[in-house]
Amino acid sequence: MKLRKIALTAALAAASLAATLGASSALAQAKVQFFPSLTGRTGPVAPNATPFANGYADYMKLVNARGGINGVMTLVEECETAYATDRGVECYERLKGKHGGATVFQPLSTGITFALTEKVAGDKIPLITSGYGRSDSADGGVFKWNFPLIGHYWVAGDAVLQHIAKQEGGWDKLKGKKIAVVYHDSPFGKELLPIVQERAAMHGFTLQLLPVPAPGVEQKAVWLQVRQQRPDFVVMQTWGVMTPTAIREAIAVGYPREKMFGTWWSGAEPDLKDIGAPAKGYNAVMMQHGAEPQSAVVKEILSKVHDKGQGVGPKDEVGQVLYMRGVVGAMLAVEGARAAQERFNKGKPVTPEQARWGYENLNLTQAKLDALGFKGVLRPISTSCVDHMGSAWARVHTWDGAKFTWASDWLQADEQIIRPLVKSSAEKYAAEKKWTRRTPQDCQS
Amino acid sequence: MFYRENGQFKTNYKADQQIFPIAQDRWAIAALLLIGFVAVPLLADEYFFKAILIPFVILSMAALGVNILVGYCGQISLGSGAFMAVGAYMAYSTFVRVEGMPLIVALMAGGLSAMALGILFGIPSLRVKGLYLAVATLAAQFFCDWAFARIGWFTNNSSSGSVAVSGLSLLGWDINTPARKYLFCLGLTVLVALLAKNLVRGAIGREWMAIRDMDVAAAVIGIRPMYAKLSAFAVSSFIVGMAGVLWAFVHLGSWEPLAFSIDRSFQLLFIVIIGGLGSIMGSFFGAAFIVVLPIALNQVLPAIGSLVGLTVSTAMISHAEYMIFGALIVWFLIAEPHGLARLWSIGKQKLRLWPFPH
Repeated sequence: MKLRKIALTAALAAASLAATLGASSALAQAKVQFFPSLTGRTGPVAPNATPFANGYADYMKLVNARGGINGVMTLVEECETAYATDRGVECYERLKGKHGGATVFQPLSTGITFALTEKVAGDKIPLITSGYGRSDSADGGVFKWNFPLIGHYWVAGDAVLQHIAKQEGGWDKLKGKKIAVVYHDSPFGKELLPIVQERAAMHGFTLQLLPVPAPGVEQKAVWLQVRQQRPDFVVMQTWGVMTPTAIREAIAVGYPREKMFGTWWSGAEPDLKDIGAPAKGYNAVMMQHGAEPQSAVVKEILSKVHDKGQGVGPKDEVGQVLYMRGVVGAMLAVEGARAAQERFNKGKPVTPEQARWGYENLNLTQAKLDALGFKGVLRPISTSCVDHMGSAWARVHTWDGAKFTWASDWLQADEQIIRPLVKSSAEKYAAEKKWTRRTPQDCQS
Repeated sequence: MFYRENGQFKTNYKADQQIFPIAQDRWAIAALLLIGFVAVPLLADEYFFKAILIPFVILSMAALGVNILVGYCGQISLGSGAFMAVGAYMAYSTFVRVEGMPLIVALMAGGLSAMALGILFGIPSLRVKGLYLAVATLAAQFFCDWAFARIGWFTNNSSSGSVAVSGLSLLGWDINTPARKYLFCLGLTVLVALLAKNLVRGAIGREWMAIRDMDVAAAVIGIRPMYAKLSAFAVSSFIVGMAGVLWAFVHLGSWEPLAFSIDRSFQLLFIVIIGGLGSIMGSFFGAAFIVVLPIALNQVLPAIGSLVGLTVSTAMISHAEYMIFGALIVWFLIAEPHGLARLWSIGKQKLRLWPFPH
């Protein structure tokens, strides 16, 4: 009996060892453009990260339905990170060499981005961190491989504060006011602080910083402090289950939701639809697009992907805020690869280094975006060697109890303030890591 | 047949008291060390090093530390993640503040700081036992979580709270490729394993085991509980702290306080439970199991699913991991509380007789 137990354990061990060894052996080279997808379908951010992953996968299928990137089909393989940095790094290591080489990684986690920033320079694979990651990576002169396309946290913070100032009647009206910042106690949460601190110093309002330890389901103490201090506004840098918890606690202490402003990861349907009417008035700044069920690309996805039974997630999710973010992320990945293809090797898959050139030389005019189906959703995006962000537009939307409505016009983050911050932070990082700024010749490659 | 011990007579105490008295065992260990130091670096690919071997080696070292405390001395500790964090951050602080600081000095600094904290949080063990001690060590875990997130000195006042190290080298030998990282960690782990094995075989180890089995009787026969328990905390925390330095410096490279959260403490506890409480070899088995299982499930489950016609999503694999872990821990605690090490020991006992019945 004991011998049988031992034999069974040994067999299981041998099988699992064989499986792992087999997995690490090289796969046959396939002529596809491989886009790995690091997902957060489980763990503390699952309700929010799942629509993103579904949107990403659906848009890639749409690209294939449209004929691929000049005939080259896209391939998506998912790897579950559960928003944990070490699992994200393991997924990166596992996927980076598969299917002919990963074109680009989009970790959807600032923690994983911080860890991968060290690795991608050596592995020569670009990283798209649209709306998250290191804000100073917008400086392409230092961060060759990082692309915070269409926005980063300092843009979000600036846009939110601009909107608040506009509502109050001007920046000078903010003098003497108190703004609380409820943030996730991690590199993700802390990324917002430099811009709000800079604006507070410039305009004379005080900040109340309230960190919430991960995963953010315990916020009673924080919101009791808010009730005590009565700040004029609350800015939230939260993600995942932390957001609805915060809103529920705010309702419990009676803090007016109209005075609450989330950044673009803190204001989407999964956060608010379970709360519904009591959360009416909650605002969030959006990175150009919000929920876009009427857009052309959504209609195309529904007809060409979901109606054919190829849709990855539920149909009613299509067009929601985070789904659209996944679609936009996939679009940026594909268009960069297309630009690289057109320069280097039309009709064939591009290498990650060539794709990096593509992301650095993105020129998405309004005409191109409209043709792709993003009319009214996105504004033109144009990156360069020194600017890896490409655009700094944002809008604020408000929850009306059942859906989001636009509460502001297009806002543009103040580059005069942000650019020096980005540059000094990037130089500090470069000094620490002993990196040198890229030469103009390097920019031409 | 494998363990023909005919003719293996010991003629002095030294030979009789060696760690591996059977010659076949000595050959097997020599072969394993040869494979570990020579064959694996030549054969393994980068992914195997980064995702499997290096975490396995570092977690084995950490599990050795935890096993000394939990398995040999019987003091339940849920603060192992905190001790790893202390080791990592203190080593980072010494490494980054002094230009040209040798890696070994930083490693020792991390280990010694973790040891100091371990002794401090081990003082409650003199008064409380079992579940209450677990809660006291849990306090260590949360205290360290708070300290490394709030106190800027530890992270060299980094604005994001995330720190990174690069440029590791040992006496001019640059530790920059996965193979070298693996060899560095393996060398240290083998040293620590030898140290731990000799400690637990000696007088101090017997004191620990006496405290574990029946601490009142141990005190009656003259073992000082304070000395035994605090020395267990000290040695254990030193080893766990060193493992924390390696985990942060060599495996992660760039980390945040959440890398050493309560989940890490639970993971180490599960490693020693599954591997075998009170067994040096068990630490290695448990670490191998915990490191390999998620990756193996990732490969094997979709394959099994496709055999029966089901597509297994990545989310399902993640959920399956938790379910299988939980089930395995329950099974081990019921069926074989002494873990994989005991299964191996039974197997070896049978092999010593096989093919003869007695």
